[in-house]
Amino acid sequence: MADTGEGKKEEADYKRLHSFPLIRHTDMPEEMRVEAMELCVTACEKYATNNESAAKMIKETMDKKFGSSWHVVIGEGFGFEITHEVKNLLYMFFGGSLAVCVWKCS
Amino acid sequence: MPPKLPVKRHQSQGGTIGSGVKSVHSRISKTISKKRDEDAATEVGEGADEWTSAKTLIKPPDQLELTEAELKEEFTRILTANNPHAPQNIVRYSFKERAYRPISYVDQLAIHFSLDGNLLLRDSDEGRRQSARALLEAELAPVQSTVIEAEETELQEEGSKEDMPAAAAEEAAEGEEPAPPQLREQKLTNQFNFCERASQTFNNPMRERACQMEPPPRATFSATVNQWEIYDAYVGELQKLEKSKEKEKPKATAAKKDEKPRGRKLTSLESQGDDVTKVTKAAKIVERMVNQNTFDDIAQDFKYFEDPADEYRDQEGTLLPLWKFQYDKAKRLAVTAICWNPKYKDLFVVGHGSYDFMKQSRGMLLLYTLKNPSFPEYISSSESGIMCLDIHNDHPYLLAVGFYDGNVAIYNLKKLPLQPSYKSSAMSGKHTDPVWQNELVHSDVIKLSVEGTTMEGPEGLQLQTIGCGTSFDFHKKIDYLFLVGTEEGKIYKCSKTYCSQFLDIFDAHHMAVDAVNWNPYHMKIFISCSSDWTVKIWDHTIKTPMFIFDLNSAVGDVAWAPYSSTVFAAVTTDGKAHVFDLSINKYEAICSQPVVAKKKNKITHVQFNPVYPIIIIGDDRGHVTCLKLSPNLRKMPKEKKGQEVQKGPEVEIAKLDKLLNLVREPADKPEK
Repeated sequence: MADTGEGKKEEADYKRLHSFPLIRHTDMPEEMRVEAMELCVTACEKYATNNESAAKMIKETMDKKFGSSWHVVIGEGFGFEITHEVKNLLYMFFGGSLAVCVWKCS
Repeated sequence: MPPKLPVKRHQSQGGTIGSGVKSVHSRISKTISKKRDEDAATEVGEGADEWTSAKTLIKPPDQLELTEAELKEEFTRILTANNPHAPQNIVRYSFKERAYRPISYVDQLAIHFSLDGNLLLRDSDEGRRQSARALLEAELAPVQSTVIEAEETELQEEGSKEDMPAAAAEEAAEGEEPAPPQLREQKLTNQFNFCERASQTFNNPMRERACQMEPPPRATFSATVNQWEIYDAYVGELQKLEKSKEKEKPKATAAKKDEKPRGRKLTSLESQGDDVTKVTKAAKIVERMVNQNTFDDIAQDFKYFEDPADEYRDQEGTLLPLWKFQYDKAKRLAVTAICWNPKYKDLFVVGHGSYDFMKQSRGMLLLYTLKNPSFPEYISSSESGIMCLDIHNDHPYLLAVGFYDGNVAIYNLKKLPLQPSYKSSAMSGKHTDPVWQNELVHSDVIKLSVEGTTMEGPEGLQLQTIGCGTSFDFHKKIDYLFLVGTEEGKIYKCSKTYCSQFLDIFDAHHMAVDAVNWNPYHMKIFISCSSDWTVKIWDHTIKTPMFIFDLNSAVGDVAWAPYSSTVFAAVTTDGKAHVFDLSINKYEAICSQPVVAKKKNKITHVQFNPVYPIIIIGDDRGHVTCLKLSPNLRKMPKEKKGQEVQKGPEVEIAKLDKLLNLVREPADKPEK
């Protein structure tokens, strides 16, 4: 835990500082990871208020680009245990409050 | 009439219907006229039953036996159609008369058995209709179209007869319908006299093949996320970033921090992989180590093994094969020249070419070291076959090479890759035929060619000889004096100072002289060998040979041992190496040993190592074999008690002189 931030300035600072995509866990190859990450960022920014649409967009785009059976979970708080094909998992945070988990498993 | 009477009796009992009827008639007539009938009846009966009389009567087994009287007795019984079991006294209440009245009419019919038959008369309407229907059904499947056509025609007909009464139309249809089936009926096959045949074609056997691919590898991953976890992650990341910024300010690109170390590692690996030259030295050391391990036993033999069997042998010695040098690219090329490096005692040069003048191809110059028997140290290939080579005495990195095409080239081992640093050409006066032997004397190259000229490099000294020179050797001390062996077997003693004259001519051999060599110790003695199977030792002041050895095969090369004035080795084309020690045996070789595997393999050259007790032998398959001389082959004179063993060239000269004196005396006597 860190600074006990109070006041709007702190809040804004936090939002600004914590807006970058932060990859928590991935085993994708470099190229795929960059692409998936950018896609997640795009989708989350496009549907900032609707996680479902964002997840749908990510899933559909990933299906097109890397073959079918992709799964996407977006949320502010959840727990999961998944089985995925190796080299096909991306678990990242974005925008300071969102967690995105993208994986492939057919 | 006995047979007649029982019939009657049976009739009365209710026998067969036909006769019963008759008897009924007869009884009626009997009732009319009672008595007179008997004869007449018998007459009638006789006449009617005449044809049955021949037949034997079959009696039922339970028939009563009756006497004549009983048979004659008559029972009168009237048959009526009334049912005896029918009730007679049925009464019904009559509403009209308001009283019960017996019913006069009683149903006399009793049905005992009834069976519906399914037989139809063929000619009847019903029969015809049925057969038509059966035929239609049979035809329906194979020829539907015709049926449809028939139906259509019927429809048309029906249409045309619309105004007719329905009954008439039906009649017409009925009349028409059965007609065609009757025609076709005759074509039906006899159901008892036809056979069906069926056959089945060969079916290819079915085979099932299945395979399953390995499923893509999977892994499980689990995590829990909530707001404070995300917050912690971001804060931790930011702190890490700040730290790294402090460390290295120029590289402050965000977020991808964790990838950087990996990238750096990769680049460092790549830079290593690219540059092979950096590890050449290390690789060479490792290669030597590996070779040392692989050929450890040979190295041990080379250093320490002394054949213990020599103790028990009187004079003979053996040659122990050590390393075998070969190189894939020089496999088919004969060894045409070998030479030890005077400075580096483990290094020797091998020249590859071909002695077969019909099949000349490329040449190869290889330098091997004893430390690495598996691969040559230096490699250089040339377009023309190498015929001879020599190493400069003072500058051991300089190599002179004579080629089959007549060129001479100088190689410098210091300059890599190994290429001729000087090469003669047609312009600078090359020979037109193979250069047979060359020698680096000081810095001049002297070469010998088939043309019959001996040429000294820069000065252009030419000696005209009558024959074709094949070999030559300079005197060790008298530097103008040299010997030339020729193709027709003569040896010329020449001097650099005279271009056109020879000092002496030795009528040495009957065939080409393959090698001439001055003795390293004794200044007057030289040795020659020839394809005429002989090796001869000469005093250059005397025209006849001192010693003659017949080796039973063409002698390819001969070489003096560096350690003794009386030891020399000769190689013959039948694959044998011969070592002689004149001080031990003046007539025979003390070692004569086949050293190459096949008979076809000819040995072409032999050279003593200047320091170690080993010789190298080259054959025409491109192999070079290294052999160790057993103790008997390098035996020094035995030490005598209280006497110091003398060593040095003087001793060696004295030793040889002593031998020569033995030979010389009888030869010199006639001259004196």
